[in-house]
Amino acid sequence: MSLQLFSFLVAGVVVLTGSLGVVMAKHPVHAALFLIQTLFGVAVEFLVVEAHFLAAIQVIVYAGAIVILFLFVIMLLGVDNAEDLSVEPIIGQRPLAFVGGAAILGLLLAIINSAGITGVPGNVDAPGPTGEVLPNVNQLAESIFTEQVFAFEVTGILLTVAVVGAVVMARRIPGALQPLPDIPAISGFGFGSTGDTDTDGDADAAMAAGDEQGDDS
Amino acid sequence: MVDFVYLVPLFPLLGFISLMLVGRRLGEPAAGYLATAACGGAFASTVVTFFGIRGLEEEERQVTKTLFNWVIAGDFGVDVAFLVDPLSVAMMLFVTGIGTLIHLYSVGYMHGDPNFSKFFIYLNMFVFSMLILVLGDNLLLTFLGWEGVGACSYFLVSFWFTEEKNAMAGKKAFVTNRVGDWGFMVATFLAFATIGSIDYLTINGTAAQLSTPVLAALILLLFVGVMGKSAQFPLYLWLPDAMAGPTPVSALIHAATMVTSGVYLLTRVNGLIYEALLHAQWVTNIIAWVGVGTAFFAATIAIAQTDIKKVLAYSTVSQLGYMVLAVGSGVFVAAIFHMITHAFFKALLFLGSGSVIHGMDDDQDMRRYGGLRKLMPITSATFIIGWLAIAGVPPFAGFWSKDEILLSAWDLGGLNGKLLWFFGLITALMTAFYMSRQVFMTFYGDYRFGDPDADEVDEAWAAYLAHAQDAKLEAGTAADDAIEAHTKAVAALETAREAYVDAQIELSQAADEEATVAAQKVVDAKSTAVDKAEAAEEKAQAARDEAGAVAKAASQADADARSEASRRVEPAPGEQLTAGAASEFVPAAVKQRAEHHPHESNWQMTTPLVVLAVLSIFGGLLNLPFTSDLHFLEHWLEPSIVFEHKFAASGLTKWILAIVSIVAGGIGIMGAVMIYLKHNADPKKIEKPILLDAWGYDRAVSAFMGGPGAKMFEGIAWLDANIVDGMVNGTGSFVRGSGSAVRRLQSGLVRSYALGITLGSVALLAWFLVRVAA
Amino acid sequence: MLTPTYYLVLSALVFSIGAVGVLVRRNPLVMFMCVELMLNAVNLTFIGLAWGLNDIGGQVSVFFVMVVAAAEVVVGLAIVVAIMRRRDGATADDLSVLRG
Repeated sequence: MSLQLFSFLVAGVVVLTGSLGVVMAKHPVHAALFLIQTLFGVAVEFLVVEAHFLAAIQVIVYAGAIVILFLFVIMLLGVDNAEDLSVEPIIGQRPLAFVGGAAILGLLLAIINSAGITGVPGNVDAPGPTGEVLPNVNQLAESIFTEQVFAFEVTGILLTVAVVGAVVMARRIPGALQPLPDIPAISGFGFGSTGDTDTDGDADAAMAAGDEQGDDS
Repeated sequence: MVDFVYLVPLFPLLGFISLMLVGRRLGEPAAGYLATAACGGAFASTVVTFFGIRGLEEEERQVTKTLFNWVIAGDFGVDVAFLVDPLSVAMMLFVTGIGTLIHLYSVGYMHGDPNFSKFFIYLNMFVFSMLILVLGDNLLLTFLGWEGVGACSYFLVSFWFTEEKNAMAGKKAFVTNRVGDWGFMVATFLAFATIGSIDYLTINGTAAQLSTPVLAALILLLFVGVMGKSAQFPLYLWLPDAMAGPTPVSALIHAATMVTSGVYLLTRVNGLIYEALLHAQWVTNIIAWVGVGTAFFAATIAIAQTDIKKVLAYSTVSQLGYMVLAVGSGVFVAAIFHMITHAFFKALLFLGSGSVIHGMDDDQDMRRYGGLRKLMPITSATFIIGWLAIAGVPPFAGFWSKDEILLSAWDLGGLNGKLLWFFGLITALMTAFYMSRQVFMTFYGDYRFGDPDADEVDEAWAAYLAHAQDAKLEAGTAADDAIEAHTKAVAALETAREAYVDAQIELSQAADEEATVAAQKVVDAKSTAVDKAEAAEEKAQAARDEAGAVAKAASQADADARSEASRRVEPAPGEQLTAGAASEFVPAAVKQRAEHHPHESNWQMTTPLVVLAVLSIFGGLLNLPFTSDLHFLEHWLEPSIVFEHKFAASGLTKWILAIVSIVAGGIGIMGAVMIYLKHNADPKKIEKPILLDAWGYDRAVSAFMGGPGAKMFEGIAWLDANIVDGMVNGTGSFVRGSGSAVRRLQSGLVRSYALGITLGSVALLAWFLVRVAA
Repeated sequence: MLTPTYYLVLSALVFSIGAVGVLVRRNPLVMFMCVELMLNAVNLTFIGLAWGLNDIGGQVSVFFVMVVAAAEVVVGLAIVVAIMRRRDGATADDLSVLRG
């Protein structure tokens, strides 16, 4: 077992436990911490195949910035209350979710199995355009700033738009806040409803009223 | 020079647009002259185009000028394109030429009409539409013009729409034509479905490859359209009513141009009809028989009409029947030849009748005409030329063209051809008869416009009798009153006498002097009263006797009037109608007419008459039958007509047929001379009321449409409302129903949607797997 | 011997876990975290294949995915903040205004 494979396996265990933790942790703060674990694991996996620059970015941007942003929001809103994972309001959602997840996994594995990947692994020693061997960062930079320069510029616009959008949405609106509509009925994906049928009736009545209006006009 | 063809429809279009904009401001007569100039411009450009076409080699004389692509759908395309060939040019020449003359005529005819400029807007629009109809190189463009002329016909027939009758006539023309248009449209669809193209050159070119049912359906559906537009039985009935329009309209639209467009259409698709002649002769036989049947039927009706324009209307229907007969016989040249000569002489006759109507204070009843020859010299001279032309008197135009049609019917051979020829011949005889009748009634005989006609004489007699009866009754009542008064006077005398006797008794019993004096006074007074009463009684008696005598006289007068009325004899034919003893009682209209002085029309109206009269005389030169060199029209049309028709009949047969038809025309004219000029027979024997009523056909159609027909159409309307609309509405409610069912899927729950995405990606992955595995 | 297939398998596992997480969890923040897991799974594929096929393009894609993820988190969290202001402790199931 080579060191490379060993490193991959260790990091893989870290990633898998981390991601399972994210999904299963009742507390969002714990979930965020598990997410950091996962992201670190992924960064290590990047290092294993010598994607140094991306590994660094992974740690700095993802683990460092994004997850911290998550934590900020959790703290800011004070929503660090635990979620009761033993209850599922939407009928049939959870079994279908597991079936769907398992199906995706199975199909992906089947596809991986049937699709042969050809090529010589390794990118460290790949010669650059001038013939000399360039470091990974240089190669990446060359691709981004030559072939992909337009996409790169567009990402700049995307980020600006995202920032503006976030500011607009999160800003405090003067005056009393309108409460969210209280909807007691929670029905699943065509699998009936835990709630009563009154709301359905109301909705039908409203629809009928709309129809009448439509007929009049 | 063929490019000048673009100008041909452009001129009337510009005229139409500018009249729309400034017509009212131009007023009378400038608007009329502008319209005339527009039509004249079209005529001039047509002449240039004519020379352009003539300059081409004979094989190249079919030029398609495309303006732009109109309808494009896959391989199928319809262009706004003009097909310039000898046929369309020939048609355009007489449409624009006669159109210009009639425009000029209208300037005079519509003088003083409050909607003077509007009339010319419609007229120019009509000419434009007609040219599009003629020039269109495909069925769709022709249909556009076809509908355009139909709309203009509607506008112009009901031009004086304030009168209910005129508006109804316009509606009738429009609705009846819709029936025919149905056939035209379905034929277009069929051509699209089977041939894949609707332009004439392709249709004619592929006619040979069509199967017989398709060929027959195409021709017969187009023929349904022709029945409507060219007023063939059973759809002819709008044309006589269309006479409600101004007379120039009748001349231009309902005689010379629009109604011939059906025949033109059939000639345009002569490739199809030729194919039918070769392989499915029953189709062309239907056309020929409808044509000759219409000609015959309409001619019988024309015999009895009293309205001068109605005679010409039925005559037009009849002549159109001739043209359709020619098409059905496969001799398109004859059809076009007759179309052109007919346009000359029928336009002339209509314009002449318009001139007469104009001169006769808008009275259209021929029975009141007579002796107008001296009063309207130009009108009568030109009208007589038109009459000779239509009656088939050589060498006038109508003789040559009509004879060629009869010859082509004969040439079909067999009993079929001979029967067609025979009915055509009888129709020619009747044509000569009713046209002569019209001429004799209008221009010959005595001037009798101020005299009452038969109906008015009856009216006068009725008024006379009613008057006498009234007088008798009145006198009788007066006599009764006088007798009553006398009886009363006698009674009063009795009373006075009794009072006198009483007073004398009183006097004889008087006791003293004083009483005697008083009684004597009373007796004197009573005596005076008796004298007075006696005088009154005598007077009343005299009055009674006098009233009695008056009553007796009145009663005698009434009896005399009645016996006079009963002794009234039918006037001998041609004798001047008078009301005799009742002449005091003729209706006021007669007196009004008596004060009217007929006059010749102004130059705008007579100039076209003279030009058309010249054309009616020499129109036959277009296609004289004697030698092949004289077949100008036939040689001209050769590039447009798919095959060359050669008459099988020998020269001798032709001569015999021509002489027979001249004899038939002569018999017709002689018959009319006997009846209407020499008055040797009573016209009532010929003018049966059922003929005046058009064999009751019109009424039967109206009764059917009002009764069972209306019920049937209501049934169809029900089907439409419930079944057809039901299907549409059903689609709607199905969508709505399924929508409200599917609505439940929209739970608004983000995680449900996410689950949907997940399941979708599972399906996608499964598909990938299948593809990778495969 | 390490092959790209290892990466693909790991990626499939993480992606499935993330997908199940999105479907099962109700806290919008945690759902976002699960989305991040799925994005990282995809990144793993890219990196593995970039290495396996000896092509820098995979790494470039990862770079862009990260940028997009950052933008998405910014906007998403802003939405969460806007919602949470209105009702404390709201879950994804409470936001069913789009109900048909």
